[in-house]
Amino acid sequence: MAHKFFPKEEFLLKGHAACPGCGAALVLRHVLKALGARTILVIPASCSSVIAGPFPKSSYSVPVLHIAFAASAAAASGIVEALDKLGEKTFNVVVWAGDGGTADIGIQALSGAAERGHDIIYICYDNEAYMNTGIQKSGLTPYKAWTTTTPRGNPSFKKDMPGIMVSHRIPYVATISPAYPNDIVSKIRKAAKIRGLKYIHAHIPCPPGWRFDSSLTVRIARLAVLSGVWILYEYENGVFRLTGPSRKLVDKSKRKPIGEYLKLQGRFRHLSERDVEELQKLVDERWEAIRKDIMGENA
Amino acid sequence: MSKVKVPVARPVIGAAGKTGIWRVSRPVVDYSRCTLCGICWLYCPDSVVEISEDKKRVVIDYDYCKGCGICSVECPFNAIKMVREEVR
Ligand SMILES: Cc1ncc(C[n+]2csc(CCOP(=O)(O)OP(=O)(O)O)c2C)c(N)n1
Ligand code: SF4
Ligand code: SF4
Ligand code: SF4
Ligand SMILES: [Mg+2]
Repeated sequence: MAHKFFPKEEFLLKGHAACPGCGAALVLRHVLKALGARTILVIPASCSSVIAGPFPKSSYSVPVLHIAFAASAAAASGIVEALDKLGEKTFNVVVWAGDGGTADIGIQALSGAAERGHDIIYICYDNEAYMNTGIQKSGLTPYKAWTTTTPRGNPSFKKDMPGIMVSHRIPYVATISPAYPNDIVSKIRKAAKIRGLKYIHAHIPCPPGWRFDSSLTVRIARLAVLSGVWILYEYENGVFRLTGPSRKLVDKSKRKPIGEYLKLQGRFRHLSERDVEELQKLVDERWEAIRKDIMGENA
Repeated sequence: MSKVKVPVARPVIGAAGKTGIWRVSRPVVDYSRCTLCGICWLYCPDSVVEISEDKKRVVIDYDYCKGCGICSVECPFNAIKMVREEVR
């Protein structure tokens, strides 16, 4: 009875402007349920600026500051300072930014806010390209994926953005997926209780951008986790912990081969068998690194 | 000094209009199969599924449902069928 355990109130109001089957809308819906009404969103230029709908209406029922691309984390810092001066201690200040807005254009402001330790929950919703302007490659587009600017497949690697944030020594870093709303709600609620900058990275399947049918958003998100492409984990004060189904996936035999995940998406249609093998190898190496270096198991 | 006017939008249902008109297929619930598990409510990106406690029914708001089909794929009891909308 899923609906009984989650907060009922909706803060992403129906009749918003996201595409059918939008993973970003689904994750934001649960993030806002977890945080509740006393939340201020900072949103840089992205699909989420558009999902709000045209002025003077908004589909977000919490206050939103729509802000220039490079400025999200700096603007959030300003809000935190202003609330502090007002003696207001009950608001969650949340940045909700795309992968382009986070890993490329907003990274300096984010790094500065992390250094200052401002009390912000920074969420990167990662649909793995600049979707709002027509599917251009970003620093978080996966290796070999098709985009309109990488018509033969992306030659560069996806940046380890959560890893970059871990190296800032902030108190909390976590990854989430729309297929696991329980995990979303518990991580967001944990982040809200921690002082300092919290960084959360969401995997966001995007039907038009990844070229799949809008009904498959959750299925693809789940396959990404079960095949180990997307790993659910958290770092709390530097201590690493796998969460949800990822806990059982250190053993390779428990992971699905990535072929099924790739096959459902048009952006990987051009891959040869050798390409798939190469991508599988990269996933396995990542897990091996987790087992050895992060979890310290030298088996 | 002239006053600066800050443009402030207000939250409303249907900020982007009646998004139900985008729909190509309509999710139809087979109540004989539905167990009210709430999975369709959980995964709807458009917040249009309601589980009415008194009526003990899943109710979809067709004014705003975009017909993405996630509810139909995710329903563990195969209780939601996507039916092509007729052009009127
Ligand atoms: C300084 C600046 N450069 C470019 C743009 C155009 N622009 C608006 S949204 C967008 C894409 C953003 O991509 P991402 O952050 O990944 O969010 P998504 O659209 O994928 O949700 C771009 C390039 C802009 N608004 N401002
Ligand atoms: S392009 Fe992708 S992320 Fe953007 S609104 Fe559409 S489905 Fe959502
Ligand atoms: S997911 Fe299926 S069984 Fe569960 S409440 Fe929805 S229609 Fe009923
Ligand atoms: S088709 Fe999509 S928008 Fe309509 S009720 Fe199902 S999940 Fe929600
Ligand atoms: Mg993006």
